[in-house]
Amino acid sequence: MRNKYDKPHDSVKEPLIHLVRRVDIPASKAWMIRIICVLLGMLVCALFIMSITSLNPVSVYASMFSGAFGTPRRIWQTLKDMAILLCIGIGLAPAFKLRFWNVGAEGQVLIGGLVCAAWMITMGGKLPNALMLVLMAVTAMLASALWGLIPAYFKSKYRTNETLFTLMMNYVALQLVEFFVDVWDKKQSHSVGIINGDTQSGWMPSLFGQQFAPAVLIVGALTIGMYFYLKNSKQGFEITVAGESENTARYAGISVSKVILRTMAISAAICGLAGFLEVSCVSHTISSLTAGGRGFTAIIVAWLGKFNPIAMTLITAILSFLSRGANQIASDFNFNTYASSILTGIILFFILASEFFINYRLVFRSKKGKERAE
Amino acid sequence: MDDRSAVRMENVTKRFGSVVANDHVSMNINYGEILSILGENGSGKTTLMNMLAGIYYPDEGYFYVNGSEVTIKSPHDAFNLGIGMIHQHFKLIDVFTAAENIILGIEGSRTYDLKEVNRRVREIADQYGFDIDPEQKVYEMSVAQKQTLEIVKILYRGANILILDEPTAVLTPQETEKLFKVLRAMRSDGKAIVLITHKLNEVLELSDRVTILRKGQYITTIPTPVATEQILTEAMVGEKVTLDIDRPLPVNREKRLEIRNLTVYNEERVKALDDVSFDVFSGEILGIAGISGCGQKELLEAIAGLQHIEEGGSVMYTDPDGNEKELAGVSVRDIRNLGIHLSFVPEDRLGMGLVASMGMTENMMLKEYDRGRSPFLDRTSSLKTAGEIQKELDVITPSLDTPVRKLSGGNVQKVLVGREIAAAPTILMTAYAVRGLDISKSYTIYNLLTEQKKKGVAVIYVGEDLDVLLALADRILVLCGGKQNGILDARTVTKEEVGRRMTNLVSEEAAA
Repeated sequence: MRNKYDKPHDSVKEPLIHLVRRVDIPASKAWMIRIICVLLGMLVCALFIMSITSLNPVSVYASMFSGAFGTPRRIWQTLKDMAILLCIGIGLAPAFKLRFWNVGAEGQVLIGGLVCAAWMITMGGKLPNALMLVLMAVTAMLASALWGLIPAYFKSKYRTNETLFTLMMNYVALQLVEFFVDVWDKKQSHSVGIINGDTQSGWMPSLFGQQFAPAVLIVGALTIGMYFYLKNSKQGFEITVAGESENTARYAGISVSKVILRTMAISAAICGLAGFLEVSCVSHTISSLTAGGRGFTAIIVAWLGKFNPIAMTLITAILSFLSRGANQIASDFNFNTYASSILTGIILFFILASEFFINYRLVFRSKKGKERAE
Repeated sequence: MDDRSAVRMENVTKRFGSVVANDHVSMNINYGEILSILGENGSGKTTLMNMLAGIYYPDEGYFYVNGSEVTIKSPHDAFNLGIGMIHQHFKLIDVFTAAENIILGIEGSRTYDLKEVNRRVREIADQYGFDIDPEQKVYEMSVAQKQTLEIVKILYRGANILILDEPTAVLTPQETEKLFKVLRAMRSDGKAIVLITHKLNEVLELSDRVTILRKGQYITTIPTPVATEQILTEAMVGEKVTLDIDRPLPVNREKRLEIRNLTVYNEERVKALDDVSFDVFSGEILGIAGISGCGQKELLEAIAGLQHIEEGGSVMYTDPDGNEKELAGVSVRDIRNLGIHLSFVPEDRLGMGLVASMGMTENMMLKEYDRGRSPFLDRTSSLKTAGEIQKELDVITPSLDTPVRKLSGGNVQKVLVGREIAAAPTILMTAYAVRGLDISKSYTIYNLLTEQKKKGVAVIYVGEDLDVLLALADRILVLCGGKQNGILDARTVTKEEVGRRMTNLVSEEAAA
């Protein structure tokens, strides 16, 4: 009788694979999974490159690396990309931590940039440059904060859906920029061109001979500041509590509407600052492409970095490296730019997949009583 | 093996991550018998039965139904074997009638004859003594009626093995008696009935045998006639437990709260509290009894400043020095700033009382993080409080920074109760303070509350176990549908009287 139970039964059909939620995972193991996933992603990219171009993947990766870090100029370009993207991500972090899904960074960046361009075009050369820069930065942040307060107000007062609201406001901002470009455009070229190319009024001065150094420094300081704001300040504590549970916040005597308004103002103001940096320090122009989709890419940055500014810096570095590198291989090997986008997409996909494997593990059908982890 | 055997389990094991919910459990269920499965929360009772009902799939082990080995991969498989389970949370469609719910999901022809369904439902009802109207809509039903419907639904589908998961948790004593009668009728009819419970008196009153689980392991099976409360408790807990609640007479009774004409509307704009007036005294435990959802939550939240109190309501606070302060319309923060130490252990521990993703230390800060002028947090005093609570209440946690959601229910409750007591309250309100806790931890909480009472704290205890309420409280306020239904002396009133008042409004003059 007993023997019957010792051998596996054919009648019992267990599903081939099932998912098991991981209860607890040490940080070191989580990072192992992330690294393995990125390496796997690179392997798949290599296979992709080989299968369609028969190029040596090693030389392709070498070209990517040289595109991002090959020369000091390229390094600064990559750093600049990082700075602007990270700045927007840092802006999104407090809002997301509050579970206020601000997908309106694109518009908030544009509004900041638009205000700067307005100063440069209307007051160019009439004010000392230092005063001009301060005014530009402050008004850009204020304008964006106001722009962000609109959905925040409706959310806190009427419980409107902030995702739709902030998303729609992107298009309003976009139209505003196009309208003003037409107003300021004197050559019927549908662009304002480089603003104040002669006087450089409202241009951020370069530092150590580097045009982008001020932006990198400002965003670096902002990142550290945001890290401490979220972790150690009373306002950061309120954001965490209210984001976790509105009832707990009320129980603790935290006014949720106040936190929503304040946090969204901060979030949008930082996005406005990104607009200021882009116009004053990087491009010296304004167009509907000023934000360039980075308001959305920054959402990926904030999520993958789990709203931790330090982790977000890492994610931004990977993304900026990928996009610079992809541009380089596109020109080096005559790739279509879409092909480079596919490479970026594959790597991102694997980074996202790593989060899945950190939260779940797969259990395959095997001998009873033995579970094999992925 | 006797021929009444309905289900036999062999070495059934189920793991969730690193947690072993059931560890090689073997047991029998027989026809014509009521079997209790007794165990504390987290002992694996529900998990084990969920596997039999096809909700979970076991990692190891074998099931035999009616003598042959079976594989149960889904609730559908279970139904085909005649196994039906009534869960704690009902799975009914509100806008459908009883009959429509019953035939929902039954395979067969595309059309159905509702008259025929109604006739068969009435037949089943008559056979076992159910009180059910097949044409009544679910949203018009009381909790007890919904439960009846769930049972009839399963019988309609031809179940011979019925599993009930803590069926009495939502019932009044009168409704419980009715349910037991029906279960006995089904037993006489030869059905196998499994009752998952942690209430000893139910086990002793109703069942023929009792199987005890502890920490996922099978401990023993005892025929009920030879079982006593003491034997069952010890088997369940694994050690000797004293089941006495010390209830000293209140000393230095002073009026702390004078609550008058309290009316509160809930989020759906339905009157949740209707003109409630009572006093709360220091050095006393005021118990609040009522079926769940009868205004208990709103009452405590209104006192704590979390609910909007309608015009005319008053919550007058008298501090130990005799100064009076009106709390109605005052926000949580302002109550705190008035220097009133009002502690509140809400029903929803991780959704209201604590921040699930934060550790003990940060949770200690929840009500005092804004102290001082600095814009930054001061963690030193919270760290100290957290350490003290961990030591005094034996909180089991890997570290003070481990998110509290990773702690077990009992430890979460200790963190919450510990924080509220550490705040040196003059009023301590608790809602279902022992829900989900095992017996010995429940008694720890009762003792803590009694200790607070002895210290002169005014304790308000909202409870669901009437036996405990009658043993712990000094006075009992009964709520019935948001209305006050008498304030009773807990030392003299009977359980039946409290139960009656929970369901039927009596005129105020008749109140003791």
